[in-house]
Amino acid sequence: MAVAKEIRSKISSVKNTQKITKAMEMVAASKMRRAQDRMRAARPYAEKIRAAIGHLRFANPDFKHPFLIERPVKTLGIIVISTDRGLCGSLNINLLKATLIAVREAEARGERVQICAIGTKALQLFKRLKYPIAASATHLGDRPQTPQLIGTVKVMLDAYRSGEIDRLVLVHNVFLNSMSQRAEVAQLLPVEPTGAGELQERWDYIYEPSAAEILDGILMRYVESQVYRGAVENVACEMAARMVAMKSASDNAGKLIEELQLVYNKARQAAITKELSEIVGGAAAV
Amino acid sequence: MANTIHVDIVSAEGQIYAGDASMVFAPAVEGEIGIAPRHAPLLTNLKPGEVRVQAPGEAEELSFFIGGGALEVQPHQVTVLADTAVRAHDLDEAAALEARRRAQDAMQERTDKIELAEAQAELVRAAAQLRAIERLRKKR
Repeated sequence: MAVAKEIRSKISSVKNTQKITKAMEMVAASKMRRAQDRMRAARPYAEKIRAAIGHLRFANPDFKHPFLIERPVKTLGIIVISTDRGLCGSLNINLLKATLIAVREAEARGERVQICAIGTKALQLFKRLKYPIAASATHLGDRPQTPQLIGTVKVMLDAYRSGEIDRLVLVHNVFLNSMSQRAEVAQLLPVEPTGAGELQERWDYIYEPSAAEILDGILMRYVESQVYRGAVENVACEMAARMVAMKSASDNAGKLIEELQLVYNKARQAAITKELSEIVGGAAAV
Repeated sequence: MANTIHVDIVSAEGQIYAGDASMVFAPAVEGEIGIAPRHAPLLTNLKPGEVRVQAPGEAEELSFFIGGGALEVQPHQVTVLADTAVRAHDLDEAAALEARRRAQDAMQERTDKIELAEAQAELVRAAAQLRAIERLRKKR
């Protein structure tokens, strides 16, 4: 019965694993809902700020802010938002693949790249590939907060201001629904023009203290809010992906248990048959 | 409608207030300002302080504390873009330095936790491959 015992212990170990994956699935599901709520909560701010920038561009301020001017690109800045932990299916792989494609394209155009890594997974990869990492932030947790991101974003903004980088993009996961997420590359700087033409009349704001200072503050907050939204959305994606991955892991464990149970039953039956035939054979010999 | 102005107070982490008001007071950098309906378009920075909203027909003012931000005024709408964090040039600078230092640490460290985790992941992958090979062999 040695084989049967081995199989039995295997079954119980798979059952234990299944318990863990089931628990992780449920935790991820509830965290995903909360992350989605935070994603929604962040929307009005981004919309309002975008509208204000749209007005600003349209209202023709008396000077051009560097964040709004296109210039020839020598170095590309990339902010990539990944998760800190694994066990979330192909989420990080797809994201990092998209990032690497963007990097290769930039290099093909003869541009250098500078990476800003948010999340350990991105940090690990670019560290291994030996790309220059300008700034990083990890362990944001399930509730990323703006103060955690301000410094990281500022490094890139300063680099843009000083001309170290000429274009800044954000690579992040987009939450389509709980079953599908997509990696996306979005341009942060220079700020792309948003829906002009809504405002027909020409008017200008009264700026206090000056257009330059206000625009600077607003554009900086705009970029920060985009990165913040990316981080929050990333948490929602992570949880959704983990939920799906853990669900299929639990299902696979269930299938494995069934198979092992069958093997176990066969082994047990074989042992019984063998014993019986031995008894019968023994009786016949006597 | 003519005597009210729509107020939105939003921060990066959520909407704080939305509603109509007959008067709004905000702590602009150049001193506190009061905004009545049909105010001229205005864009200004705010310093940390109190935003007060006088709702029509209410005796009491609603008051919100903000850590700074920006204020946009259009004739029928006031938008307060509030900061959730206390912002100051020095603080931002310190945060940026911190982020840069983290990146440098990560690039320099050789035998840190990250690599341990990587090695473990590698081990798990190798074990899984071995198991798969064994299975294939048994099937044959």
